[in-house]
Amino acid sequence: MSEAKKESLFSKKNRKLITEPLNTINPVTIQVLGICSALAVTVQMDNALIMSIAVTAVTVLGNVVISLMRNIIPSRIRIIVELVVVAFLVICVDQILKAYVYDVSKSLSVFVGLIITNCIIMGRLEAFALGNKPWESALDGLGNGLGYGLVLIVVAFFKELFGSGSLSIPGLGKLELLPDAFFELGYMNNGLMLLPPSSLFIVAIYIWVQKSRNPQLIGE
Amino acid sequence: MELVSLFIKSAFIENMIFTFFLGMCSYLAVSKSVKTAVGLGAAVIFVLLVTVPVNFLLETYVLKEGALTWLGSEYADVDLSFLSFIMFIAVIASIVQLVEMLVEKFSPALYGALGIFLPLIAVNCAILGASLFMQQKQFSNVGEATVYGVGSGFGWFLAIVLIAAIREKISYSHIPAPLKGVGMAFILTGLMGLAFLGFLGFEL
Repeated sequence: MSEAKKESLFSKKNRKLITEPLNTINPVTIQVLGICSALAVTVQMDNALIMSIAVTAVTVLGNVVISLMRNIIPSRIRIIVELVVVAFLVICVDQILKAYVYDVSKSLSVFVGLIITNCIIMGRLEAFALGNKPWESALDGLGNGLGYGLVLIVVAFFKELFGSGSLSIPGLGKLELLPDAFFELGYMNNGLMLLPPSSLFIVAIYIWVQKSRNPQLIGE
Repeated sequence: MELVSLFIKSAFIENMIFTFFLGMCSYLAVSKSVKTAVGLGAAVIFVLLVTVPVNFLLETYVLKEGALTWLGSEYADVDLSFLSFIMFIAVIASIVQLVEMLVEKFSPALYGALGIFLPLIAVNCAILGASLFMQQKQFSNVGEATVYGVGSGFGWFLAIVLIAAIREKISYSHIPAPLKGVGMAFILTGLMGLAFLGFLGFEL
């Protein structure tokens, strides 16, 4: 904290903290963290959006809290401390969801609670917040939360569009995007897209596209 | 008989990996060889066997609405269920620690086999997930909760051993470079998930 030279709040380095997790070090597709919820809550667009917001909020706040306490947490018990902080934040998120968007909270069921064990959050706390200042940690949390949200929304978009021919967006309700004439010509919704395995295929294709466009990511 | 069908249901029809994607992180990270996969799978079964019944007792006698009646009638309408996340994760973290110490003391051979995986398990979503599903399903007694825990663990064990075996074989085949590793593992899991969908129609 005693450093003399001040960095501007949105210096190039800090902006990188947000943009990199969106693409080249995406937590879901490249680091393979937090897959469980990324795959399970993507049947409907609004669930995916709310889940991304919840995870982003917990990542940012968790990162800030742990970063503020980083000098007083004994390293032997840091995992427990992190778990308690995250569990506390998740309880808050759960209560807020129950209060304001009860339907979504019902359909997310156990996956709200499972934010506690989302590896992205624990990973960022361990890898970043324990060694960096609060502001950088907040940006890092934001970047990783958004990177997670990006994948969720892409997967949900394809699943819902091909699975039920609609997109449900919070505030606008369920939008029926495909015209009826389509169905009269013999088009049918692909029921498989609503089942769990299809999200695995979509993520695999996402990884394929992403790695083809960034060849430096290939080769572990 | 009911318990047997509960076991089969939790292991196959509601498979942790293929139906709910729980515990995918360690499932993808530790499935490169069958031997380590068996070690981690066994550790997961073991921990689920202990944590699910303990969390069931906690839920029934402390957290649920009206669960504290045994303290006296004035506690009848206390509802602590909003605390369940933090209580469950605390129980899981401490039991994992305890199990690790006990195993180290009494069976060094088992500790050698499971040792490095045990601490990882505290943050495996399958463990917390099983406890949260247990809470949702509202089992009537400890026996059912235990069988559910073991069943889910067995399903997870099966999944990770299967994928590890396939990944061992597939590492020698020609796959487009961007799909190698994780990408391929996702597609394989998807295909296995399709196969497991076949169990969906069973009435038990």
